[in-house]
Amino acid sequence: MKNLIIVLFAAAVSLAHAGVKIEHWLAPSGASVYFAEAHQLPILDVQVDFSAGSAYDPPGKAGLAALTHGLLDAGAGDLDEEAIAGKLSDIAAHLGGSLDNDRAGLSLRTLSNKAERDTALDLMRLALTRPSFAEAVVARERARTVAAIQEADTRPDSIAGRRFAAAIYPDHPYGVTAVAASVGGLSRDDLVAFHHDHYSAGRAVISIIGDISRAEAERIAQFLSADLPAGVVEPPVAAVTLPEAATIRIAHPATQSHILIGMPAVRRGDPDYFPLLVGNYTLGGGGFVSRLVNEVREKRGYAYSVYSYFEPRKLAGPFQIGLQTKRDQAADAIKVVGDVLDGFMHGGPTEAELAAAKKNLIDGFGLRIDSNAKLLGYLSTIGFYGLPLTYLDEFPGKVAAVTAKQVRDAFARHVSTGHLVTVVVAGD
Amino acid sequence: MSRLSLIAPLLALATLANAAPPADTFEKQLANGMAVVVKEDHRAPTVVHMVWYRVGAIDEKDGTSGVAHMLEHMMFKGTKKVPGNAFNRIVAEAGGRDNAFTNQDYTAYFQIVPKKALPEMMELEADRMANLRLTAADFAAENKVVIEERRMRTEDNPQALVHEALHAAMFTAHPYRRPVIGWMDDIEQMTWQDASAWYRQWYVPNNAYLVVVGDVDHEQVFRLAEKTYGKVRVRPLPARRSPSEPEQTGIRRVTVKAPAKLPYVALAWKTPKLVDVDHDRDPYALEVLSAVLDGNDAARLQKDLVRGQKIAQSAGAGYDATLRGVSTFILDGQPAEGHSAVELEAALRGELKRVQDDGVTAEELARVKTNLIAAQVYKRDSMMAQAMEIGGFMASGLRWQDYDKVIDQLRSVTADEVQAVAKKYFGEDGLTVAVLDPLPLDKAPVRRSGAAVRH
Repeated sequence: MKNLIIVLFAAAVSLAHAGVKIEHWLAPSGASVYFAEAHQLPILDVQVDFSAGSAYDPPGKAGLAALTHGLLDAGAGDLDEEAIAGKLSDIAAHLGGSLDNDRAGLSLRTLSNKAERDTALDLMRLALTRPSFAEAVVARERARTVAAIQEADTRPDSIAGRRFAAAIYPDHPYGVTAVAASVGGLSRDDLVAFHHDHYSAGRAVISIIGDISRAEAERIAQFLSADLPAGVVEPPVAAVTLPEAATIRIAHPATQSHILIGMPAVRRGDPDYFPLLVGNYTLGGGGFVSRLVNEVREKRGYAYSVYSYFEPRKLAGPFQIGLQTKRDQAADAIKVVGDVLDGFMHGGPTEAELAAAKKNLIDGFGLRIDSNAKLLGYLSTIGFYGLPLTYLDEFPGKVAAVTAKQVRDAFARHVSTGHLVTVVVAGD
Repeated sequence: MSRLSLIAPLLALATLANAAPPADTFEKQLANGMAVVVKEDHRAPTVVHMVWYRVGAIDEKDGTSGVAHMLEHMMFKGTKKVPGNAFNRIVAEAGGRDNAFTNQDYTAYFQIVPKKALPEMMELEADRMANLRLTAADFAAENKVVIEERRMRTEDNPQALVHEALHAAMFTAHPYRRPVIGWMDDIEQMTWQDASAWYRQWYVPNNAYLVVVGDVDHEQVFRLAEKTYGKVRVRPLPARRSPSEPEQTGIRRVTVKAPAKLPYVALAWKTPKLVDVDHDRDPYALEVLSAVLDGNDAARLQKDLVRGQKIAQSAGAGYDATLRGVSTFILDGQPAEGHSAVELEAALRGELKRVQDDGVTAEELARVKTNLIAAQVYKRDSMMAQAMEIGGFMASGLRWQDYDKVIDQLRSVTADEVQAVAKKYFGEDGLTVAVLDPLPLDKAPVRRSGAAVRH
């Protein structure tokens, strides 16, 4: 591949050396567009996100957002699902997706060569704007989803995750997960309506990175979004109310207890985000050097994996600690985790810990943006959550400015033992 | 637009390729026998630094299965110069992240760091190649962690249990019959002396190679390597046998009962691996067969069994041509609601029968090749993927310089060759089938694997 490689590396400008220039505009369709030009590789990545995640499932129809999203490319326009799969494979383009509580996203990776690119974008546009939701396909995928849920309901990690969400978000869409009955009742009409209501240009964020010009990106964004349905105004999601502290135990025959501890904590764009990020590095976020890893794994050998994280969402997303341990030592492990959390809440990071956290987050910042795939993720998050275009430029400075007092205060504002829920699956 | 005109530009791009070694990759052999391979990638100021040891579970003996993996954990416990957890701390404070992995064939350690930290990473890694301080107390603590790891990865994971049973059944003599993480009993009874002996026997520069991918100058990396790894002393390696496996002369079946809802079935045949890049043909044809079955959105298993006949909830195919031991070709899947593992087994074998009888189409072959070429472009978006590719290829005993030759060989595979390997390697007598028989949760006894079982 000698010559090919020389061609690829002719452009010597690098991603992170030069900083990342993010361009933003509104397409005539109303879609919001975020673009980074990158010509080093002959590839193009496009992601289109809608505020159409599982939080928008109508009451009693949990799983509708996911099924709608999953079937976008299973037949669209005049093409059935086999035609779409065949055409994508013919040009080695990958059409994929992701769905979480807030977002439903469709993403495309293709060679940037015009022939492949145009075909790939044609297929993506069809999937976004004219999904067929054919009865037979809906029936099959509904059955597969029900089977997958029933299988997940036998797995201790899945059971813990579902129960944890329900417990920390009582009476809130973030706490509702699809069950066999809710998915089993979904009809083609439900999917058509959900797509029509929620996949509108006004609620679309289009992220583009790759080997194209700004003018081409403008054309692509409009091309993908011009024929999206009119949709409805984004419905408000109910406010999050904090749960009462509780411990929930669920019987299971597994050899290990699966333990989750946490509560709703922080939304995207919260000014406390950076103090929480820096603080959590010391508590349980920093790979092999956090307090939780040191106390639970290194000193006591209680678990292979132990971690904590904040997951900011549109509304307060979870703070979560997780671990798995031999079932008869679950109580001891939970005690250790509780002590570590209490100690951190009261004292915050030491100056040495704070400095170590900042060194990792600041010096390692370049690692977060060293590929098109990673940058696409940031474009999407910045766009979807309305973070400043300067988010990446400001990241190191914001981390550097965090003080130990800010960490303690931010944890006190967002985490409190009075609201912490503990879920133990397969404990003794 | 017709399909052919779409593919044409892509193939035109690819015909620029030839089988010469990539111009951005360089190799130097240190005096102590350690190879250093550097791939320059200047897109971002990041470096992937990986040391690979040519030792894995395949080199273990009965009774101490899992010792290669256990030692991998112990490598993070410190040296005289870098005691305790300092290794992880130094990597973290450099802004990097690090980890390691053990496989049947090799053990590899890596750090992904900002480029300025590379010299320090090389010093750290060279230091623990020679100066690990392995204590009984550290071993006892880490042994518990590995036991928890096995509980998490295997004991409570029904499909992992099926694969463990599958390999234990399909191999009688070959070391691939043992799981990489080791049998629970072996892990529990392992001593620090076992780990220490493993370290002394295998962790020498003449059994290791370095792969660096990133924003570096290869000459500078070579100089740093001389100053760090180049100082580590050679020790003789024990003679290694090339393990073989007696011919299988009849179908083998094994069943695993574990808490689950859906059954799961895995079918495995022993197949040839890639040895001679220039003259082998069957491994390339098997690779293409695997991709026709499960290599892209339009591949047969998804299209026919999941979407078409709706007999499978999931289905897959896997073949690995580049390894030290015996290669396997595996088909697996979960039956869809209303279908049994027996039906899915028949359907999976039916897909092979179709290739045996009718071959593969020109369209399918073209798709596989198009995706193969595009993957060579897409992989360049990840330094880690590029480092893994070089290191993994070398682990199997092949030369990285031949990697692009392999791609060219794969592109030369014909439909007749694919049909021929489908006929040649998938007989009933060489087949091993492992099935998950799901136990309802309320019928499954509470499981206490490990110490609690014995005492």
